Amino acid sequence: MKKHFRELSVAAALLVILALLAVFAPAFFQPQPLLSLATREAPTLVVACGMAIVIISRQIDISVGSQFSVCGVCAGLLAASGWPLAATLPAAVGAGALLGAVNGALIAGLGLPSIVVTLAMMVTLRQGLNLARQGQFVNLPDGVQWFGFSQSNGQWLIVGFALLLLVALALAMRHLAAGRYIHAIGSDAEAARLAGIRPRLGTFLVFVLMGALTGLAAMLNVVQSPQVQPLSGLGLELKVIAAVVVGGVAISGGRGNLWGAFAGLLLLACIGPALTHLRVEAYWEKAIQGAIILLAVVADGIRSRRGGNGR
Amino acid sequence: MTAAPLLEIRSLAKSFGGARALRGVDFELRAGEVHALLGENGAGKSTLIKIVTGAHQPDTGVIRVAGREVSGLDPSAARRLGIACIYQQPALFPDLTVAENIGLRLDPGHALRRVGWRKLREQAGDLLRKIGAAIDPESEVRALSMPEQQLVEIAGAVGTGARIVIMDEPTASLTQKEQHLLHAVVRDLRRDGVGIIYISHRLEEIFALADRVTVLRDGESTGTGAIGELTERELIRRMVGREVAQIYPPAERQPGGVVLATRALGCAAGGVRDVSLEIRAGEILGLAGLVGAGRTELARVLFGLTPADSGEIELDGAPVRLHSPRDAVRQGIAYVPEDRRRHGVVLEMAVAENMTMAVHRRLFPGSWLRSSAERVLANGFVRDLAVKCAGPQAPAGSLSGGNQQKVSLARWLATKPRVLILDEPTQGVDIGAKAEIHRIIRHLAGEGLAVLLISSDLPEVLGMSDRIGVMRGGRLAGILPGGSDAHEVMALALGQPAKGTA
Repeated sequence: MKKHFRELSVAAALLVILALLAVFAPAFFQPQPLLSLATREAPTLVVACGMAIVIISRQIDISVGSQFSVCGVCAGLLAASGWPLAATLPAAVGAGALLGAVNGALIAGLGLPSIVVTLAMMVTLRQGLNLARQGQFVNLPDGVQWFGFSQSNGQWLIVGFALLLLVALALAMRHLAAGRYIHAIGSDAEAARLAGIRPRLGTFLVFVLMGALTGLAAMLNVVQSPQVQPLSGLGLELKVIAAVVVGGVAISGGRGNLWGAFAGLLLLACIGPALTHLRVEAYWEKAIQGAIILLAVVADGIRSRRGGNGR
Repeated sequence: MTAAPLLEIRSLAKSFGGARALRGVDFELRAGEVHALLGENGAGKSTLIKIVTGAHQPDTGVIRVAGREVSGLDPSAARRLGIACIYQQPALFPDLTVAENIGLRLDPGHALRRVGWRKLREQAGDLLRKIGAAIDPESEVRALSMPEQQLVEIAGAVGTGARIVIMDEPTASLTQKEQHLLHAVVRDLRRDGVGIIYISHRLEEIFALADRVTVLRDGESTGTGAIGELTERELIRRMVGREVAQIYPPAERQPGGVVLATRALGCAAGGVRDVSLEIRAGEILGLAGLVGAGRTELARVLFGLTPADSGEIELDGAPVRLHSPRDAVRQGIAYVPEDRRRHGVVLEMAVAENMTMAVHRRLFPGSWLRSSAERVLANGFVRDLAVKCAGPQAPAGSLSGGNQQKVSLARWLATKPRVLILDEPTQGVDIGAKAEIHRIIRHLAGEGLAVLLISSDLPEVLGMSDRIGVMRGGRLAGILPGGSDAHEVMALALGQPAKGTA
């Protein structure tokens, strides 16, 4: 109970919002809009899973938004030039993994701070994309949207796939040796090294995974509309970092899990639609999200202060 | 007694949550005395010190400084009252110079006032000279050794006119020679009428230095006595609450064949040069030397952390290459590092998780974690090594130092090593746990492990080793037979040709 306090309190906050909606705006629970909301947030969930793992390993990746855009545009261009979906999807994942590998090589190989490396990557990719595409949309050929299925089947597919990935990654983090290595590296990289774990290799692979998941998420986003917008990933990094932090993953590394990140994302994602349904002005959305993030950080601060004293 | 004592504490009590750290402790410090404070880890020494320095507020009790009752003590008030504390890990700013560090203490002035740096530099130089420290006030603190940093702290404390100086295990990481220097400074302070509260786990040091001793156990004082009236045995009994059989148990078997051998081993990056030694199965080879003599560096070479660039390493007669800790682990070498608080265990992770960390490949084929296998292994070690913890799932950070050390040891025993390298295994560990760790080391050697024991605690090296290697300047200065005395070891460590003075 005490161990999962954060996850439970985020879940409780979510339930409160849902209860409010159930009473004051039952329209929120109509299946079709709800499925649309889940579909829109599915790519974000995939990126948030990767971000949680990155932060647990005591790193950060703020270039995910730009990676997301680049991978999306690449996938769109390939599909437009006649590549089948079965080839486009791996290509998007591979492009992301490649970008992640560049981040990882600089961070793990040269020992550079991840915030600086990924900041540079964020700006470079974003400006490169602007230069190359001049803000043009990519028109997708027929048969790409919803993976060629009907809209609702496609939506179910996307949501189901994202949830499956969440479960798989959460289980892997808990039950695979690799997951424990990541926790150990994030807690104390030197101690991990002395225990025969390779922290640099681990960090590198975490960034490759982050990139691959971002590429995958970009693909899940591309198939939702007939066109690819080059600005699609703008601000994504803040959204997922916020979700992960609200979900109780310690920014200082080593602590947290993907379920918390999931709960955090649901909470933040529900606020916008909830406000619309409760007829509160949409301007409040960012303010409330900010307040929730602040609350989460303050709770962490109080917890670590309590933990630090005494003994 | 004419004057009131410098510091008088009556019925001091303090609880953290449900845990009662202090249960009504009386303590008294006179001017011009060295008052040793003894007790096992968790006995309440740190809490008492933190209350005196204003870091914690007591629940009940009275504190009088020079006869005047003080209340609501906070760190700055304690400083104004002339209370200074020198910690084992000096709390200095590594990027500032020695003079700047001392200056920050002397001049807690207005934030916007101009700092008279030239004057402060001179003052700092004077203070360092006064305590007999040969340290350039202009050097950066990060370039100083640990003992030099402690001297800087002491100079700062003296400069602020501290009347009550608390020293918390100041010699834990010092070599013999550096200890003598520090002891001389302590005696000077005592002569000047300063009262010194001295915390140490090293009893021989207490007997050499202290005037009176107070022993804490389980948050209570077991009484204060003059040092002349107490024996070592009596002090240990008071600390532990029972008789401790032997701090240094005897060898259990004769050494067998050579397990690990090095020939002209060198590593330029680590400053290790031309080391040739052999360790036999069942043998404990002690490794003595001054801090910086290359002992830890040699261990790092043997564990593949800084790979060798010349010479050879042989295991069971076959040459091996050790380029990484993984290579070393695969070859059956285990290294329990120095500084366990930082790198020996992962504090956030559970005891069981820490214990299995180096054996994932063997314990979890297919890399799927099996909690049952983990639990079996952890329970076994918790029982065999008598690890005191709430259970294998308790975070390692919640354990005492000695028990963390056992967890670190268990992690490496789980790899079933042939060679066990121990770097300062009992540093900062209380005497009961120390005797227990020694017993475990002896037992492991008895089972045929080749043990390399690095320690700055000379009595430990002398008491535990079958043979004693002494390092100086990155080289092996010599190997002495077991039963050698401290003078012979120190002569080799300091590079004196024959039996000189220590």
